Amino acid sequence: MKNEASIRDKAQAASEKKAVLGADIDFALFTDKGIEKPYFSDPAQLSLEQQTQLAGIGMEIAGAERSGTYMQIDHSVVHCNAASDDVELMSTDEALKKYDWLSDYWWQAVEPDADKYTARAALHQEHGYFIRALAGSKIDYPVQACLYIGQEDIIQDVHNIIIVEEGAELHVITGCATDPHVKKGMHVGISEFYVKKGGKLTFTMIHRWGEEIAVRPRTGVIIEENGLYISNYICMQPVQDLQMYPTTKLVGRGAVSRINSILVAPPGSHMDVGGRAILAAPGAKAEIIARTISTGGVVINRGHLLGQSPETKAHLECHGLLLSEQGVIHAVPELEARTGNAELSHEAAVGKIAPEEIEYLMARGLNEEEAVATIVRGFLNVNIEGLPDALKREIDTVIQEFSLKNTDD
Amino acid sequence: MLKLENLSVAVNNRQILHEVNLHIKQGEVHVLFGPNGTGKSTLIGAIMGFSRYTITTGKIYFKGQDITNLPVDERARRGIGVMIQRPPTLRGLSVKEMVNICGKNQVDVEMLAGKTNMLGFLARGVNEGFSGGEIKRSELLQLMAQQPDLVMLDEPESGVDIENIAVVGQAANYILDRGTRKNGQTIKKRRTDRQKSGLIITHTGHILDYVPADMAHVMYQGTLSCSGNPQEMLACIHDKGYEECVNCAL
Repeated sequence: MKNEASIRDKAQAASEKKAVLGADIDFALFTDKGIEKPYFSDPAQLSLEQQTQLAGIGMEIAGAERSGTYMQIDHSVVHCNAASDDVELMSTDEALKKYDWLSDYWWQAVEPDADKYTARAALHQEHGYFIRALAGSKIDYPVQACLYIGQEDIIQDVHNIIIVEEGAELHVITGCATDPHVKKGMHVGISEFYVKKGGKLTFTMIHRWGEEIAVRPRTGVIIEENGLYISNYICMQPVQDLQMYPTTKLVGRGAVSRINSILVAPPGSHMDVGGRAILAAPGAKAEIIARTISTGGVVINRGHLLGQSPETKAHLECHGLLLSEQGVIHAVPELEARTGNAELSHEAAVGKIAPEEIEYLMARGLNEEEAVATIVRGFLNVNIEGLPDALKREIDTVIQEFSLKNTDD
Repeated sequence: MLKLENLSVAVNNRQILHEVNLHIKQGEVHVLFGPNGTGKSTLIGAIMGFSRYTITTGKIYFKGQDITNLPVDERARRGIGVMIQRPPTLRGLSVKEMVNICGKNQVDVEMLAGKTNMLGFLARGVNEGFSGGEIKRSELLQLMAQQPDLVMLDEPESGVDIENIAVVGQAANYILDRGTRKNGQTIKKRRTDRQKSGLIITHTGHILDYVPADMAHVMYQGTLSCSGNPQEMLACIHDKGYEECVNCAL
């Protein structure tokens, strides 16, 4: 690859560079060595336990109503199959071998020397998915990709690329999870997404980590003229330390991005999750909407809108619900205009459920627990487009669990 | 239906109501007049059992039973329904879902929404960006589905535009099961068969053009100071103001 040496040099120089945000994770606590996993021609060969875990992150094991499936456990690609002629799906290592032009996208939306995590991925990367929707194609069913930690103490470093070519439409569902037997581990994931002129990418990502898992995704998205990027991120299960701040750069006239996040932090979880939209072309529009709940964990919800070009418009919404006296929700919304007619707005509200809201529903006949569950369900309802049914059920189950816990208190 | 005995109520340790006595029989609709800040909304809130209102002395009886210490939902289940002035916004919960909650999924939501001019609002979040009049219609729609035996309305006509005042009036009548006779019924029979009771707070009295009331009371500085015929009392207030009306009773 033409810029390989310069990427390596930059990464090596940054290998000790602490990230601006989040606790500093010591790589020495984990192991680099992944035991090679066998390839499955059919994901149904995975253990039932693993299949249940995967269903919980939106994966269709049988691949029904999916345009392709990519599964990686630790450092091994265990399944990869594209079910549509309009989609290319393979590991990024394979794609790098196949396409010289991939260097035009490799480390172009994320800097290899941004911090020690990007540097690590640049030097230690083990696969990740490459998904390409060919120009003009409308891919009916989502492509699903799964990154799974199956080995105790391991660090998984992946580098993902999605390219939606001109006029193409693609939905990708990515699920990340830890095997129920794994306690400790780390995931570093570089994701670079490119939405070309008039393309549309819907990216739904579900995280289901464990109580001793550290997670450092690094994501950059570049959207060209009239491109549309919709991101839905859901993390409702415990995770020891998650920090991410994906950046969406709208570089073409009329580019649009919509970023929705649903975060639920149980006790012991620390989630520092942000979203940044850089409006770098006239007429670009962005929306970042976050709904966060703490049932005892810490949520830091950041958002940053940067209006660089005229006639741009963006809105940031951080709403947090504190369902426990022990929890913390810290909203950090930032608006930055660098041109006279960028229209940037934000709305943030953090607090407990107002007793008036609960009593309003009680006056309509619901008991207190039902009222709380109804409010939480409404709070989390951000009308996520294309959310798999299994996930809707998952969200309902989590809400139900909260309201039951609330009753016990 | 509802009996208040020497009811005193405090909000944030401030005494608002002083020894209020009130008896609303089955089938009766009472109206409550009174200047702003005199405790009318407090009375309704205390009857519903909202936690903001602390009952310091006295009792609330509903259908013959003491409900003074019952939680809000239990009062609702026993048949009390309320329209408050400024209900909270419930983000992400649609009006349709709310009406289904009120009607326990047993009501024809579209039909009721048609009666309240709310068809266009069913998919919207409850009270999310609603105007004053829209809130009233949404509340009445919910009460239509809930079908309480005692309906308490806090200024149902305030903020409602001229085109919708009749809609609000008719909705209130529907909930209170008032209005003209049904097939074959005599007016007298209809009157004696009335089951639903109401307590309506009004400033302007406009709602009385639609909902016939049996009895009126004036609340002044936290006490019920005068009771009588609704039309007579309204005329007196219009003519002489609350001060005079209260004086006459004293």
